[in-house]
Amino acid sequence: MAKAPASRRKSEPPKPNRERPDEPKRYKASEEELLDFYKQMLLIRRFEEKAGQLYGLGLIGGFCHLYIGQEAVAVGLQSALSDKDSVITGYRDHGHMLLCGIPPRDVMAELTGRAAGISKGKGGSMHMFSVEHKFYGGHGIVGAQVPLGTGLAFAHKYSNDGGITLAYFGDGAANQGQVYEAFNMAELWSLPIVFVIENNQYAMGTSVNRASSEDQLYKRGESFRIPGIQVDGMDVLAARGAAEEALQWVRDGKGPIILEMKTYRYRGHSMSDPAKYRSRDEVQSVREKSDPIEHAKRELMEMGVSEESLKDAEKEIRKTVNEAADFAESTPEPEAGELYTDVLVETY
Amino acid sequence: MAIELKMPALSPTMEEGTLAKWLIKEGDTVSSGDIMAEIETDKATMEFEAVDEGTLAKIVVPEGAENVKVGAVIAMLAEEGEDASSIEAPSADSAPKAEEAKVEKGPESPAPEPHKVETGARQMYDAAEHDAEVADPEIPEGTEMVTMTVREALRDAMAEEMRADERVFVMGEEVAEYQGAYKVTQGLLDEFGDKRVIDTPITEYGFAGVGTGAAMGGLKPIVEFMTFNFAMQAIDHIVNSAAKTNYMSGGQMRCPIVFRGPNGAASRVAAQHSQNYGPWYASVPGLIVIAPYDAADGKGLLKAAIRSEDPVVFLENELMYGRSFEVPKLDDFVLPIGKARIMKPGKDVTLVSYSIGVGIALEAAEKLAAENIDAEVIDLRTLRPLDKATVLKSLKKTNRMVVVEEGWPTCSISSEIVAICMEEGFDDLDAPVTRVTNEDVPLPYAANLEKIAMIDSDKVVTAVKKVCYKD
Repeated sequence: MAKAPASRRKSEPPKPNRERPDEPKRYKASEEELLDFYKQMLLIRRFEEKAGQLYGLGLIGGFCHLYIGQEAVAVGLQSALSDKDSVITGYRDHGHMLLCGIPPRDVMAELTGRAAGISKGKGGSMHMFSVEHKFYGGHGIVGAQVPLGTGLAFAHKYSNDGGITLAYFGDGAANQGQVYEAFNMAELWSLPIVFVIENNQYAMGTSVNRASSEDQLYKRGESFRIPGIQVDGMDVLAARGAAEEALQWVRDGKGPIILEMKTYRYRGHSMSDPAKYRSRDEVQSVREKSDPIEHAKRELMEMGVSEESLKDAEKEIRKTVNEAADFAESTPEPEAGELYTDVLVETY
Repeated sequence: MAIELKMPALSPTMEEGTLAKWLIKEGDTVSSGDIMAEIETDKATMEFEAVDEGTLAKIVVPEGAENVKVGAVIAMLAEEGEDASSIEAPSADSAPKAEEAKVEKGPESPAPEPHKVETGARQMYDAAEHDAEVADPEIPEGTEMVTMTVREALRDAMAEEMRADERVFVMGEEVAEYQGAYKVTQGLLDEFGDKRVIDTPITEYGFAGVGTGAAMGGLKPIVEFMTFNFAMQAIDHIVNSAAKTNYMSGGQMRCPIVFRGPNGAASRVAAQHSQNYGPWYASVPGLIVIAPYDAADGKGLLKAAIRSEDPVVFLENELMYGRSFEVPKLDDFVLPIGKARIMKPGKDVTLVSYSIGVGIALEAAEKLAAENIDAEVIDLRTLRPLDKATVLKSLKKTNRMVVVEEGWPTCSISSEIVAICMEEGFDDLDAPVTRVTNEDVPLPYAANLEKIAMIDSDKVVTAVKKVCYKD
């Protein structure tokens, strides 16, 4: 006869058997720093809006995943990186690339499939890289960037170059088995990596709680002894504060750490997604209450930054984006001969 | 009745071994599970356990004896109540099957022929002792040759490249402390330490991705798969991440990585562990695919693979690991990728093969010679890029071709060779190019079925006679 289940004891949760990172503090940005974050977020927003527009005009083809709504995540985190660190992400990658210092025109020209694009027009929206800027993609297979990023972290440790890898993936990718294979090795070998789960609430059309038995994704490293922190990903200073804590943890040689960034994408999964799985009101309400750019703007104005100077910044950014778009529309497509180049490095 | 203790087979392909050490002496009593002796094969040292209870009456094969045949009586065990001192070792005459078997006398004892099951793998293995008839033109004339196993040649290739380049490291399951599941990485941990020889968990998809990421980050990983059957779990990273990186990045991000391990059928390991992935990987632009036959090619091509700036799939063969061949004694022996090799020149028909199939082709050529058919044998060595020129040149000479492949027929390397000959060698053809491949079924376990399913030299001989219109 089976035993009756033991009655649940009501008690405090058990004490953690290992060190935990501190609760991150919201970053205290100077006016100049916050203005800079604001500009970076705005650049991504305007860039993505323009990309959406060009897609509508047929100048961008295939899959195109926009980052609108999630800007605070990448800006907050990547502003804390040093030039030794590397970044890798999935296919929603335009924003991360701009923050790595890749010129907007190189990215936009790749989106339009031109020879001047960062991948000579052969990669497209989902497959862009810049070794020079330590941006390692741009990967089209959901979750693949997690072991690849772990490999980059392995290379940092092996070469003892002091670098850390920031590996982004979404709430959808968080259910891929290879993510956990990577977690296991990253902790086992104490690799310098921050796993960033960009939880924008929807894996394509499936909400987190319809797909994840544990929907608190920051806990996903527990069985590998990787600590996790849940962060307001709609607040750039909260994101930056979390980055400080996470990077310190890794730099102190304590191994990997997980940041779950709670965020929201305003647009569909890709340009071809009508987003019928959520209400217009839901999107509108996030936009009104939690928009990261508006949030930063209000805070800047409270700090005494004039509306005029914010408008100037906006004007400057629109100019950059328009120039990038004009360039991307007018610069030539790759020569036919490019078809056969870069398949292999060497000749055999 | 005394019990005969016989030399055990410790692996499907083991035929003989060294009795390294007796751990008990005559007169000792043993019970089931006691370790009685240590036996060495080319792969490992194994412990020989007692199954029956009794007293060790007589040691027939002393410790240190080499080349002890599987099945040879190595000791006699007296059962309870039996007088151990009265037990004698069996004479050669009384050994089972001694009359019909050719008894190869060991230094101390008569050894009956081990019980050999006729299997497909066995015929592949036996044929794999064939050497090339002509020297590899890549090896300078007069070079001293040393005999070594394919396993040792592969290990030496890795060790040499690791000495030369700090960025090279090896990772995989059991590559370090265990010294390699098939002992290919033997000794590397001792020399290079655990920073560069890394045991991974059983996590193919994960470590293939970690290796690929490390290559993107500037290192030169060698990722060992215990077998390529397990790499199916990792094929996404091989194809989607490694092979396409350089192209998708417009040539700025490289992925210099070697994925290596045994490929194809081993012996009696059945469907899930017996598959040739050559055609799979060879279909992918962006990959280099190498499948060597002998030890020299294993060494020279693995060194080239490690040095390459491109991702390489390096397909070894478990049945070949223990086979010995001559390897040139050169400080830095590197072979060119993408060059086939003529193993035996001939004028009547061309046999094209790669990996373990080359042994079958050479064996068939020997049989054909006896029937006055002079076959040329080509080892492709690299499956991608394929050396079309060598194949077509030979076709021009012989006008007939049979492709020999240990693998399935559909969408195979054979299919590819046939297509190339149709498209670019049509005018040279005196007969259709035909294929001798494994049967188009998952590989069965039963010995007789495995044998039928796999290629052998008789099938090649039949095919050759057909294209020569001599059947």
